[in-house]
Amino acid sequence: MLISKPHRWQLPERAVTSKADFLNRRQIMATAGALGLAGLAGCGAAEESSAQTASGGHPTSGPLPFQPTGYNVADESTPYEAVTGYNNFYEFGVGKDDPARYASAMTTDPWSIEIEGHAARTGRFALEDVVDFSALEERIYRLRCVEAWSMVIPWIGVPLANILRQFEPTSDARYVQFITYQDAGEMRGTRTRVLDWPYKEGLRMDEAMNELAFLAVGLYGEVLPNQNGAPIRLVVPWKYGYKSIKSIVKIRFVSDEPETSWKQSAPREYGFYSNVNPNRAHPRWSQASERVIGAGPFARRETEMFNGYGPEVAGLYAGMDLIENH
Amino acid sequence: MAKSTFLRGFAKDWLKPLTFWALALPGLWLAWQWGLLLNGAPNDLGFNPIEKTHRFLGDTALRILLISLAITPFRDLTRWLPIMKIRRRIGLAAFWYAAAHLAAYLGLDLYLAAGMSWTGMWAGLGEDVVERVYITLGMTAFILLIPLALTSFNVMVRRLGARLWQTLHYSVYPLAVIACLHYGFMVKGHQLGPWIHGGILALLLAYRAGVWIRSRMKPQPVASTS
Repeated sequence: MLISKPHRWQLPERAVTSKADFLNRRQIMATAGALGLAGLAGCGAAEESSAQTASGGHPTSGPLPFQPTGYNVADESTPYEAVTGYNNFYEFGVGKDDPARYASAMTTDPWSIEIEGHAARTGRFALEDVVDFSALEERIYRLRCVEAWSMVIPWIGVPLANILRQFEPTSDARYVQFITYQDAGEMRGTRTRVLDWPYKEGLRMDEAMNELAFLAVGLYGEVLPNQNGAPIRLVVPWKYGYKSIKSIVKIRFVSDEPETSWKQSAPREYGFYSNVNPNRAHPRWSQASERVIGAGPFARRETEMFNGYGPEVAGLYAGMDLIENH
Repeated sequence: MAKSTFLRGFAKDWLKPLTFWALALPGLWLAWQWGLLLNGAPNDLGFNPIEKTHRFLGDTALRILLISLAITPFRDLTRWLPIMKIRRRIGLAAFWYAAAHLAAYLGLDLYLAAGMSWTGMWAGLGEDVVERVYITLGMTAFILLIPLALTSFNVMVRRLGARLWQTLHYSVYPLAVIACLHYGFMVKGHQLGPWIHGGILALLLAYRAGVWIRSRMKPQPVASTS
């Protein structure tokens, strides 16, 4: 494990903000929200925020304020019921309806994220201190599962690059690894070793800094349901769905390619990059086309290279053999 | 002996029709659900009805196959001979569900993926059989089922003679192993489903192996009709 030691003249993270100031800031924000001043605070959302916060931390249910963006796809969004009822979240079981059935057992509040590795700011941070819930944006992205089905999902969140920059990664941070929450009591699926828990994913630093890489805290204008990876998940739309890791509790800045769960489980089938690629068949099925979930039982579409996001991301892989580096 | 009279009557009048309807029930349920789906009514096929159909037909075929293999051990343990009257019927149902499983994969996956082209569908099948282990295994298991299904009628049993028929039908054991492997190679990660089905099959195989070893140790061969 690579953890950067702070320089001796640096204050420890806990000393940067006094607890009293910290709590005071929270109270100001809560008051602003209660008075309906969220719009004045700069969020500019079309609808007034009425999100519920359980313990004065981050919103845990209800609508979120957000700004629309130009990141949209022409196709109709997948119905909310399908987006929240047909999930792969093996921590809650391998059935597609298991997450919707059992994910409510997961405690998402309070939630903190541990930052480790090659960065100036490391340590444990409360979710509401990592994500500015008054500056969220909406992005309607395609999601292509490695199992050859797809959805179109309106995510609410923040660009990943903005979040990562807060921690001032050093030049040794060539990759970033993400780790999912793990609790055998709350996540019944982790009682069997379907994968080597906790779930791990990773990106190359330039991939993580790409404009498309996104951290979602909501979908369809509301707080993420637990089965979709509450309270915070990655969304990398040009890669197969399993790269978009859910319920993140740890982010590590590392210098070597980090371990990722599916590659570890079956390296022949799942690579580190996992870019959507219709020309590289999964050893067990073709990736040339996909079933479109929620668009009728027979709906299919041709799978596009990088899931249609070539203009934004193809440059990241210039000169790379994407069959070899799948 | 009221109980044995009841059992005898049940075996005579009810066992076969009840078995038929019990075996038909999963197929009728699936057809009913597709009827609801195609009419836009609420149904239990979920958000990926094709995947659900594949899983349901495959699971049903494999489970019925395992039940057919459990009939002889059931007879041995209970000494209730009439159960043997439904063994072929159960095995044949496994074939029909496997055939439906294959037809669904051909029609709902390959035919649609090839843009509704029949030649594209067959090309897709050829590619899958060559390149994808679980498809190779599934097709092998199905092809092995065909001669068993064709010879499951009284006429064919008589034509082949009991001994030859029995020898041919022993191929159900390797076939069932291949079917379980097909399941195991299909799933992602380390899932329990294939191990549970494989474990039940292993128990049934161990039982038959035990019977075979005991019969070999006896001086006189058993004139078994099983």
